[in-house]
Amino acid sequence: MNNFKVLVNGIIKENPTFVLLLGMCPTLGTTSSAINGMSMGLATMCVLILSNFIIASIKKLIPDAVRIPSYIVVIASLVTVLQMLIKAYAPDIDKSLGLFIPLIVVNCIILGRAESFAAKNGPVASIFDGIGIGLGFTLGLTCLGAVRELLGTGAIFGVTLWGENYGMLMFVLAPGAFLALGYLIVLFNKITKKA
Amino acid sequence: MLTVLTVITIVAAGVLASVNAVTAPQIEKINAENLSAGIKAVMGSDDIQVSEPWEVDAFTVYDINDKEGNLLGKAIVTTENGFGGPLKVLVGFNTEGDILGYTVLEHAETPGLGAKAGEWFQDKIKGMNPGKNNFTVSKDGGEVDAITASTITSRAFLLAIQKAYDKVFAGQDATSGATQQASASDMGTPDVIE
Repeated sequence: MNNFKVLVNGIIKENPTFVLLLGMCPTLGTTSSAINGMSMGLATMCVLILSNFIIASIKKLIPDAVRIPSYIVVIASLVTVLQMLIKAYAPDIDKSLGLFIPLIVVNCIILGRAESFAAKNGPVASIFDGIGIGLGFTLGLTCLGAVRELLGTGAIFGVTLWGENYGMLMFVLAPGAFLALGYLIVLFNKITKKA
Repeated sequence: MLTVLTVITIVAAGVLASVNAVTAPQIEKINAENLSAGIKAVMGSDDIQVSEPWEVDAFTVYDINDKEGNLLGKAIVTTENGFGGPLKVLVGFNTEGDILGYTVLEHAETPGLGAKAGEWFQDKIKGMNPGKNNFTVSKDGGEVDAITASTITSRAFLLAIQKAYDKVFAGQDATSGATQQASASDMGTPDVIE
């Protein structure tokens, strides 16, 4: 597989939100608005690219029996470092993203890609896989967030299209997350199966 | 096998410790700046001196003086359980107990609903006095408009300020006790949506 194919694979064929159905906790929990979904997606992408790269680089040194604990240590350290750096040098980002960053540790996409891609491929290909899967996740979360925000509050990316009073609040709350995700998966399958 | 895992964890610990050593003072500085900016904002004035805080029950109180040392009022950190978790509010009072301003320090309210508490009440409660005004949501017969579809958050928010007022300004105004009782009993009414 060349790098471009790896990239596209992550966005469409193995889209983590709509096809692999991985990382459902942040997917459902953080997508109450489009901007929240996008922020979570981008933060995850950063960690995913770095963790894929590091794990692909050191995989030869790690014996098979302890690879999962090693991956978890790498991922958790990475996320903690990122969180401390953001808190110290980008307090504005911390305000909007702070809540989501610790959640990335428990996102199974990161560990999943480490195990299924980075452990078998070179560092460069792993970076592309990180970008692809990261973009796919960001796309999924942004779509879901946009739909929920639009139906729930009548706005999109904070821009009001129609009054909040016409929104169905349920879509901002938990049940709406499941409903909207279900219908988006149907739509995604319909489009990709045809192509 | 054991060696590799040990080495990895030691390297990780070393990286974390050094990053923490670099960032911790910076993070502390930002937190202190946020607090002092917050106090200035809720007191509505930049020319103030902030005292060392003192604690009474769960409240943290900052006495605020102007540059000449005249008492301007108090800024109080107060916490109440909201819809999604603790709702931590910094509220500024003048010496009479009139509200000068507030800012939400921490919350876990629903985005798009209760999370709006940071802006929603800004113009609504300024100048009110929890001892003189009926400081509850209009649904409970009070004078404050609740956030649309977020009555629980609104009640918690008002109760947090009411309690801070009662604790620190108690005795200055005879009606404060009655108001507190009213708002406490209103908290029991269940709500369909937040």
